[in-house]
Amino acid sequence: MKKFEKLTGLVVPIDRANVDTDAIIPKQYLKSIKRSGFGPNLFDDWRYLDRGEPGMDHGQRRINPDFVLNQPRYRGAQVLLARDNFGCGSSREHAPWALDDYGIRAIIAPSYADIFFNNCFKNGLLPIVLDRATVDRLFRETETTPGYRLAIDLAAQTVTTPGGVEFRFEIDAFRKHCLANGLDDIGLTLQHIGEIEAYEVRRRREAPWLFGRS
Amino acid sequence: MAGKTLYDKLWDAHVVRRNDDGTCLIYIDRHLVHEVTSPQAFEGLRLAGRKVWRVESNLATADHNVPTTDRSKGIADAVSRLQVETLDRNCHDLGITEFGMDDPRQGIVHVVGPEQGATLPGMTVVCGDSHTSTHGAFGTLAFGIGTSEVEHVFATQCLILKKSRNMRVRVEGIVGPGVTAKDIVLAIIGRIGTAGGAGSAIEFAGSAIQALSIEGRMTVCNMAIEAGARAGMIAVDDKTVEYFRGRPYAPSDEIWERAAHAWRDLRSDPDASFEKDILLEAAEIRPQVTWGTSPEMVVAVDGVVPDPQTEADPIRRESMLHALTYMDLKPGTRLRDIALDKIFIGSCTNSRIEDLRAAAQVAKGKRVAGTIKLAMVVPGSGLVKAQAEKEGLDRIFKDAGFEWREPGCSMCLAMNADRLEPGERCASTSNRNFEGRQGAGGRTHLVSPAMAAAAAIAGHFVDVREL
Repeated sequence: MKKFEKLTGLVVPIDRANVDTDAIIPKQYLKSIKRSGFGPNLFDDWRYLDRGEPGMDHGQRRINPDFVLNQPRYRGAQVLLARDNFGCGSSREHAPWALDDYGIRAIIAPSYADIFFNNCFKNGLLPIVLDRATVDRLFRETETTPGYRLAIDLAAQTVTTPGGVEFRFEIDAFRKHCLANGLDDIGLTLQHIGEIEAYEVRRRREAPWLFGRS
Repeated sequence: MAGKTLYDKLWDAHVVRRNDDGTCLIYIDRHLVHEVTSPQAFEGLRLAGRKVWRVESNLATADHNVPTTDRSKGIADAVSRLQVETLDRNCHDLGITEFGMDDPRQGIVHVVGPEQGATLPGMTVVCGDSHTSTHGAFGTLAFGIGTSEVEHVFATQCLILKKSRNMRVRVEGIVGPGVTAKDIVLAIIGRIGTAGGAGSAIEFAGSAIQALSIEGRMTVCNMAIEAGARAGMIAVDDKTVEYFRGRPYAPSDEIWERAAHAWRDLRSDPDASFEKDILLEAAEIRPQVTWGTSPEMVVAVDGVVPDPQTEADPIRRESMLHALTYMDLKPGTRLRDIALDKIFIGSCTNSRIEDLRAAAQVAKGKRVAGTIKLAMVVPGSGLVKAQAEKEGLDRIFKDAGFEWREPGCSMCLAMNADRLEPGERCASTSNRNFEGRQGAGGRTHLVSPAMAAAAAIAGHFVDVREL
């Protein structure tokens, strides 16, 4: 997994609450058996005026000039600013894959849907929670300041505005550790093989029906 | 010491290891697998040279991409076909049991698991699918996971998790006639919002929940995720235990007796406490219809489309305005005056035999309105389909002008050929009314099976209580 340490990145605002994973990456692209290549289809229904299908040349499609991602000032954005309950809906990890493939490295929102939040950490993507008032302020500053960039420091757990105002964010110690070191948590779990095996032995005795065939 | 909640009990029973940072390594009993969220996990496993930890824990079926029409010609869409074939090949190579597209037991993974007894009370059940919460209906800790976690479960039979908060939603009293499990859960989501259960595991309780059939309880738990909770669950009672008796993967004989005895403890202790506790009066719940693009945008069928100008919160108001534009609706419009183009009866929310019976009862001897372009019934599994045909439900539907299809997820999310065209409006028994969910530009109204069937006959929404 990609490490996340520090980033100073251009911010793109998605000013809607409850942005769902169907909006982040529509279902037709979930037919892929690969992990990469979803970037051109991030927010596909909002980003293009025509209907997209897998295998199309997305560079040839009609773009929606009103959608924020298509505005030249936000080209190359690495930080996505969002509203409450971002990533609600399905468990598709294609949503963080699409954000990552597009170039987004961090998200800032007042809250996230649980599964999406969890999936981000598995892909080197940092979802930062800041309170509503702060997020409101960042939206205002992003919209009124062309080229608005935020500096994110995972070790210090801070987001710093171009004006030097610093906001602290909370993150679970384990997630921070994995993200900062780019660790694959399967490898970490497999350090506990003995405990998993001991658990299985005990449970097979206590509740053998849990180990029935399938 | 305060008593334990059902969630506490399920959690504690599955802790393999408590880590210093507050996370736990949690053992997974059953892993359900489908074609969409597994290929990258299988590939990751192979690339890392890892084996599947406990092959017999896994049960796979193809559901999202499969056609609901004649399957003898296979899947027309090459991309969909490759995904289903990839699942077939992976399961074959690794020895994982799969109900392939032509197996009579194939169907929506959340219908198939319980139907086979592959899901049992007291288990931890995961699947790369958010509607895994469905399985909580049996006193099970069940939740959806992403593809990285699918790979983690394949490789380790465990997940590293942080415990969620305990939340309870009680529905007390008796629901009126025509009010179903779907209406109850939509009313709950309308009350607490799509993020109301975020960070929590919701236990659904109260006399109206206890009164539900097991299938009704599955409908309620299915939509826990639509209230933001990764897991929803309901205590075990006699109905739960009886539901599993004799199912193919359920235990038998002496082990059955032991299991059934253990399952009866799968309920919250009387003195257990919940960080959030919500109460709804069952008698106040009316048949529900969503009007917007989030399941929380829901009103009773005798109501009207709400006016965003009455919403004080600016972000919510903006969402409502967006939704009304997308849905092409005006505030004050009576739900009953909304005309429909298509009807979809199916999905992991409402495609089990009781759902089909409820819809057939409404459709019996009637005709789908001439203005409806397509009304389709998609059973949740091959076994549900066979049972419905045995009861003659297929004839009722076909005589009324519904299409009777093969099992799968179908137009709930439109990954196969079943979809809405831009601008089409659908009464759907599925779980999400997000923009584009049933097809780009399509407009979804979530309802119960009886309400969907009634809307098919009338061509617009009607109150099933008046039939």
